[in-house]
Amino acid sequence: MTDISAAGAMPATQPKNSLFVQDDLTRRRNAAEARFKWYGIVAIVLSLSVLAIMLFTIFRDGTSAFRQASVAFPITLEADILDPNGARDPADLAKVTTIGYGNLIGQQFANFLTAEGITVEGISDKDISGMISRDAPGRLRDMVLADPSLIGQTIDFNAYATGRIDGYMKGRVTLETAELDSNVSLEQLQLADQLIARNILTSGFNSGFLTNPDASDQRPESAGLGVAIIGSLYMMMLVLIFTLPVGVAASIYLEEFAPKNRLTDLIEVNISNLAAVPSIVFGILGLAIFINFAGLPQSSSLVGALVISLMTLPTIIIATRAAIRAVPPSIRDAALGVGASKMQTVFHHVLPLAMPGILTGTILGLASALGETAPLLLIGMVAFVTNYPAGPFDGGVMDPATALPVQVYSWASRSDPAFIERSSGAIIVLLAFLVIMNVAAILLRRRFERRW
Amino acid sequence: MKLMHITTSAFAIAALSAGAAVARDQVQITGSSTVLPYATIVAEAFGENFDFPTPVVEGGGSGAGRAKMCEGVGENTVDIANSSSRISQKDLDTCAANGVADVMEVRIGYDGIVFASDVAGAAFAFTPADIYNAIGEQVLKDGALVANPHTQWAEFNPNLPAQDILMLVPGTKHGTREVFDTRVIIAGCEETGAMKAMMDAGMDEDAAEEGCMKLRTDGRSVDIDGDYTETLARLDADKNAVGVFGLSFYQNNTDKLQVATMSGIVPSTESIASGEYPVSRPLYFYVKLAHMDVIPGLKEYVEFFVSDDMAGPNGPLAEYGLVSDPELAATQAMVAARTPMGPLK
Repeated sequence: MTDISAAGAMPATQPKNSLFVQDDLTRRRNAAEARFKWYGIVAIVLSLSVLAIMLFTIFRDGTSAFRQASVAFPITLEADILDPNGARDPADLAKVTTIGYGNLIGQQFANFLTAEGITVEGISDKDISGMISRDAPGRLRDMVLADPSLIGQTIDFNAYATGRIDGYMKGRVTLETAELDSNVSLEQLQLADQLIARNILTSGFNSGFLTNPDASDQRPESAGLGVAIIGSLYMMMLVLIFTLPVGVAASIYLEEFAPKNRLTDLIEVNISNLAAVPSIVFGILGLAIFINFAGLPQSSSLVGALVISLMTLPTIIIATRAAIRAVPPSIRDAALGVGASKMQTVFHHVLPLAMPGILTGTILGLASALGETAPLLLIGMVAFVTNYPAGPFDGGVMDPATALPVQVYSWASRSDPAFIERSSGAIIVLLAFLVIMNVAAILLRRRFERRW
Repeated sequence: MKLMHITTSAFAIAALSAGAAVARDQVQITGSSTVLPYATIVAEAFGENFDFPTPVVEGGGSGAGRAKMCEGVGENTVDIANSSSRISQKDLDTCAANGVADVMEVRIGYDGIVFASDVAGAAFAFTPADIYNAIGEQVLKDGALVANPHTQWAEFNPNLPAQDILMLVPGTKHGTREVFDTRVIIAGCEETGAMKAMMDAGMDEDAAEEGCMKLRTDGRSVDIDGDYTETLARLDADKNAVGVFGLSFYQNNTDKLQVATMSGIVPSTESIASGEYPVSRPLYFYVKLAHMDVIPGLKEYVEFFVSDDMAGPNGPLAEYGLVSDPELAATQAMVAARTPMGPLK
């Protein structure tokens, strides 16, 4: 029966152009489409896996920067070393340098170990004092100068352990590498084992990584992002202050008031071109104009912000114009129809409606500016700065500062391996800031966006 | 309107703070990335022990630093240029043309340049001739100058391992390259007789030296324009490679690198100080004397840098890998007297 119906319903040979049978061309087109879909999937998988590998390596190398080993032990601030005259005169106290304090700390640490009965055979005094960070004398000296009444007392002191000991607790330094390593001895690691067992050497959350200033190559353990975070915050604040009013005013004029002629066309083309100019060019411009011509101080976050503003401005203008253009003309017509002036229309109706788009564009512009290093290289912000800038209203924006991406770059080129983990740690902090800014942009858009 | 109001006042504040700018109160230093770690160590200790703010230290290269110093006199120009090679007459002329009349040259010590390979690989004992034979463009083979045919170290020196040649040398913008060229490549060129062969072929001495300094371009000699960390990363990726490092960088990474001897001498602060190890160079910084009493802390910083506590043989700089200058006392006297440098010889 099927034979009959099949033979009856259809001709023995199907026509070439039947919908049920694909001809060669259709088959090729479908195959091309299927292939293209696969190319797309491969492209996405490829880029996602590159991102995943990057994030994985950053987090693998960087999370350890947020932990830091430190040693807690009592120190007797001996008066005859720290104040030989006994007068507690600040000028006298300041004459004792960190070298003197370093000797005191090393001696007191050795005494403490002897008193506790902790020894390792063959360990030298230099090895013992070499376990404590070189930043400890400076901190102790600051404590004493701030409060001279401490002299003569015994205080509990908490010092960072050096980068190698810290690395030992994190697994970066092992007994095998220590044997070859000229900066750490096996005895030091054996001593570290005993101190860990006694809970004298402990590893905890490294708040100093976020608050300390940069440190030299000899003390990676005390290096932190304090100055860089302040510098980046100052710059972002100033960039916002400089670019938002200028960008919004320029966009409103171009969108709402400017006549359409050759000149405005030229301006438009130039703004788009400006957005594509490599950022280092703005750095050269900034060096010539702001530092050499205007005489603003080098390495200051003000100059950095001005340079980055130049770079961000086109992005913000483009985003703002798109947001203003997205406000339907009917709103403008209605406002003009009930007798509003053009300016009232813009400020009472168009701008408030365009605000979410403007803010989103601005935040995204700032986020890309936050990661910018190249222009800062030329204006002296890629530098070793350890003094915190003053408060924003005490001229702090004129003080030397660095920025987060700069710190990543300069730590990555240091010779001590402990700086590698800090460099990755700084990337994590930078990424956290970027994520916060992008999430803020998304939330703003979700919350206030209007659809027509 | 409120937004306008806020932004206008913000502008006013920014303008005010710009107007209230006071004289610069911290020392500004720029220059060589080789001197950078030493300068930061001193700057940090200076900030801890003196009432002056910590100097701001930038890297970026010796040449760029000297050029920046020679831009002129005034608060917007840097005070000190760190340099891993001696200042050139051209720089001094630029300085003079821009009104920077008196420059003081301070030699802070010596830096060794070492050849190092992967810690797990074969050990190397080089002579300058070996390095030249490995990476020179034209080498002497069977009495004739030929384009470098060597692919393995053992081909020209049976005492070296039979390992593929790959050298990571500092790029031409590095101060290190100059020392590498003069102390190793040209020395090796002379030693192998290649230089004589070039001169016999009709070149004058300068042209022959130029010819010697040309390195082969077939990928066995790789110029590294980044820092030593980049060299280390490349060496990590290709265990056959031999890299050129600063002594201090090697000393901080002895768990990853093994150092090669040069003409039988192991590089160390001692062998460099005694002059036995041939590949070393002096490190300098250049101070603008016109800034001396203008920028607070500059005089103190310079004196502190050359003090025995810092640059002496037991100071932190020596511990980091700087070879202390035996004539440090003379330098200290010169700094105290503020003697400007004379014309270059």
